[in-house]
Amino acid sequence: MSILDMAEEEAGRRSAEVDVIHVRLGALSGVAKQALLSAYDLARSETTLLDAQLVIEEVPVMIYCPRCRAPRGVPSIQQLSCSECETPSAEILQGLELQVVALELRR
Amino acid sequence: MNSKPRIIEVRKNILKQNDEIAHTLRMRFQDAGVFVVNLVSSPGSGKTAFLEATLTKMRSEFRVAALVGDLATENDANRLARSQVPVRQIITGTVCHLEAAMIEKNLADWNLRDLDFLFIENVGNLVCPASYDLGENLRVVLMSVTEGEDKPLKYPTMVNSADIAVITKTDLSHAVEFDWPAASKNLQAVRPGIQILRVSAKTGNGMDEWLRFIASQRVNATAG
Repeated sequence: MSILDMAEEEAGRRSAEVDVIHVRLGALSGVAKQALLSAYDLARSETTLLDAQLVIEEVPVMIYCPRCRAPRGVPSIQQLSCSECETPSAEILQGLELQVVALELRR
Repeated sequence: MNSKPRIIEVRKNILKQNDEIAHTLRMRFQDAGVFVVNLVSSPGSGKTAFLEATLTKMRSEFRVAALVGDLATENDANRLARSQVPVRQIITGTVCHLEAAMIEKNLADWNLRDLDFLFIENVGNLVCPASYDLGENLRVVLMSVTEGEDKPLKYPTMVNSADIAVITKTDLSHAVEFDWPAASKNLQAVRPGIQILRVSAKTGNGMDEWLRFIASQRVNATAG
């Protein structure tokens, strides 16, 4: 699992142990939080990161609204339109993330 | 010894490995002048029939080839071989989507310069293929009239990742009382501005418009 590979590599390079892995997960990433947590638990048992905790930050979708000329939320991932004025927009500013953002390490 | 935790920033995409291979593939495709189309849909939406009709119609004018992904069997490759263009089956085993590395491996002995278009028929699945870039120029999501108008709302991530939507099996639309305005509204809700084409691989209706569309896309891509 590439999250664990990444964390092992970074920790190895710094001869440290990983306490926490911080992940950002966009609502349109195609990955569900619960599924990722379960998969992580299974995959973790085969690595040196037995105690590393996975913390997932869910990132809502934000679009750029051409009418409001501002970043706006959307009613749902089934409706990519401005939550204020209902103008549709395909310009996604966030919500596609599937990213390891940070590691908490301990020597 | 410092026992306090310290935080290091990483900011790496979890699918970085796939993204990097896809990037390399995209450069190779561009360099060779081949336009690559990734077809995604649920199982049974008519990808193979649509692709067979596409390959058969295109082969007199363009040099075309196809890679086709399935969990098991070579049935699709055998069907597509009837179009008399180079076709290769990728059997993924338990993997529910194609990954860039599978494309790279299966193209190893193909000379991309001999091709104008390469079609990739993904594994029938509207979930996982959304996350895997294959280095394609164009991602086409197919949806058949028999699947129901609300498919886009059930699989918004996939539809959102697509460049164009093709509604297939339109010869059956009367029989299933397909609600065209609802389908269009749902597609536009999850992917504002998406272009929608209607085709029937069986009757050939709409195929010419589709062929004109991809031919113009290739011209734009090679000009850019």
